[in-house]
Amino acid sequence: MTTTLTPAPSAVRTARGGGSAARRGARRRAALEWIAVHSLAVAAALFFLLPFVFVFLTAVMTDDQALTRELWPHTWEWGNFATVWNTPGFLTWWRNTLLYAGLGTVLAVASSIPVAYALAKFRFRGRGLAMMLVIATMMLPPQVVVVPMYLFWAKQLDLAGTLWPLIVPFAFGNAFTIFLLRQFMLTIPKEYTEAAKIDGCGEFRTMVRIVLPMARPAIAAVALFHFFYCWNDYFGPQIYASENPAAWTLSYGLESFKGAHQTDWNLTMAATVMIMAPVIVVFFLAQKAFVEGVTLTGVKG
Amino acid sequence: MTTAHSAAARPRAGRGDPALRAKHVRQRLRTAAFLSPWLIGFGVFFAYPLVSTVYFSFMKYDGFTAPTWVGLKNWSYVLGDYPFFWPALGNTLWLIAVMVSLRVVFGLGIGLLVTRLRTGGGLFRTLFYLPYLAPPVAATMSFVFLLNPGTGPANTVLAALGLPEPGWFNDPSWSKPSLTILALWCVGDLMVIFMAALLDVPKEQYEAAELDGAGPWQRFRYVTLPNISPIVLFAVVTGIIATMQYYTEPIVAAKVASGVIGGSGQQFEPGYPDRSTLTVPQIVYNLGFQRFDTGAACVVALVLFALAMVFTAFLMRRRSGFLSAED
Repeated sequence: MTTTLTPAPSAVRTARGGGSAARRGARRRAALEWIAVHSLAVAAALFFLLPFVFVFLTAVMTDDQALTRELWPHTWEWGNFATVWNTPGFLTWWRNTLLYAGLGTVLAVASSIPVAYALAKFRFRGRGLAMMLVIATMMLPPQVVVVPMYLFWAKQLDLAGTLWPLIVPFAFGNAFTIFLLRQFMLTIPKEYTEAAKIDGCGEFRTMVRIVLPMARPAIAAVALFHFFYCWNDYFGPQIYASENPAAWTLSYGLESFKGAHQTDWNLTMAATVMIMAPVIVVFFLAQKAFVEGVTLTGVKG
Repeated sequence: MTTAHSAAARPRAGRGDPALRAKHVRQRLRTAAFLSPWLIGFGVFFAYPLVSTVYFSFMKYDGFTAPTWVGLKNWSYVLGDYPFFWPALGNTLWLIAVMVSLRVVFGLGIGLLVTRLRTGGGLFRTLFYLPYLAPPVAATMSFVFLLNPGTGPANTVLAALGLPEPGWFNDPSWSKPSLTILALWCVGDLMVIFMAALLDVPKEQYEAAELDGAGPWQRFRYVTLPNISPIVLFAVVTGIIATMQYYTEPIVAAKVASGVIGGSGQQFEPGYPDRSTLTVPQIVYNLGFQRFDTGAACVVALVLFALAMVFTAFLMRRRSGFLSAED
């Protein structure tokens, strides 16, 4: 992703000086455009950035100051983060979130890889239909099947109040993951897989030895997406875990944290910062994989 | 590349030849083996519950006593007597009309802006993208705080400027616009998609248009838009599908703004304020998990299913690239 479309505005050319009036006019227009575009960008940056700033400033205020309209903290109460960290349950929510997101992601990616491979590389009757069904399940609101699913997990398997009803299904492929991996595998030239087969590799070995190493960026991207999906999921834990606080995740627990600290906006904002921060850190560590994955979702159709 | 083609050709060649037929069976088994995780998942977590949803939509079932057949009573209850159905459908349609279109326009605008930045493009791009990463619960809570009418920074700034201070999430006529602002803040996904599309527009077309004397607006209208219109359509349709699943933000906003959050024993008022933030997926939850009316919840689930499938079918027709197999 580069934006080096045109060389930077005419600093160099200005130095050369002179030129006709027309060229001076063009240069002035380019300079004005530079100013206009960058002013707009700064205005947009304020819109995107200020919410983070105000949330953070409130997170480090004292309880009393958080109840006022003041925007800048008098004293910096870094201890608020420790208070949140030591809230009973907070560590459990962390553990549960990591379990749900970590195990869920590993299972979803591992089980989706062979499916994506078959949909990308095999020719068989019903492949078009299978692909259509994958997309249909991807687009389906989870609420459509939640009632019978809940009855299944709660009444037949007695697993309500745990995260297993959310984790186990990921062992059976995840539509979004299958779709993205398959889109990527389509771009791998078949010369590679055919060469492997001539060398005597079966399909499974071709997939593991040839396709998987080439698909590494796509796998990284879908793993990230999946991890974030679980990290952010609110509906799932609300349905299956709400009755048992020991099974809550961060996204679900954050709400009850607010319930328990009705007037303490500072602590609630500190908790909010602590839930946003890991996601943003992970993003910076894996920015490239992420952006590649986003473009994979739709643009390359 | 039609799949029927090759699949049909193979068995004909193999007919009568045991070795070839055995190979064909082996290939089918291999395909089934690779697909097996999804085949099981699709059956257990999609097909079975979907059939079950249809079944329960004709039943009276509270989760404890045995289900009894009630015919179309659940349908008449949901469409006639249930006070939340029409407001929820109305709100979902409002969000589809306003939130989706504003997000697409804004996302395109930000995409255009970022592709024109000659200095600091990378920094701005990252900044504009970050809010999209914020977990929805955290982002919603932040916005309920930022926009709270009493001490919220937004109203503090508005007051300092001498502007009126809206009730935001606490005012029925402002709650959906507030959710829309939150959705605009999280526009990073569309920005990235539009950026990629804009950079793919052939530069010669711009140069040709400029030689013909086209101004910036005309270049946008006659060069940019026609080139990116498939992506705009993609953004609109996926936006609509996402809006039909719109759940976390409105329910968290309603809970936090009303100050009634689970555990305190008080019953949370769905769609606070005044049902203005109810959406269709929320009433599946309300009926199925708060009122224990399984049958009625399944009726709403089927309505949601029908709506989602209409738009998905449309998307698949327009972007057949999803299904094609150019290998």
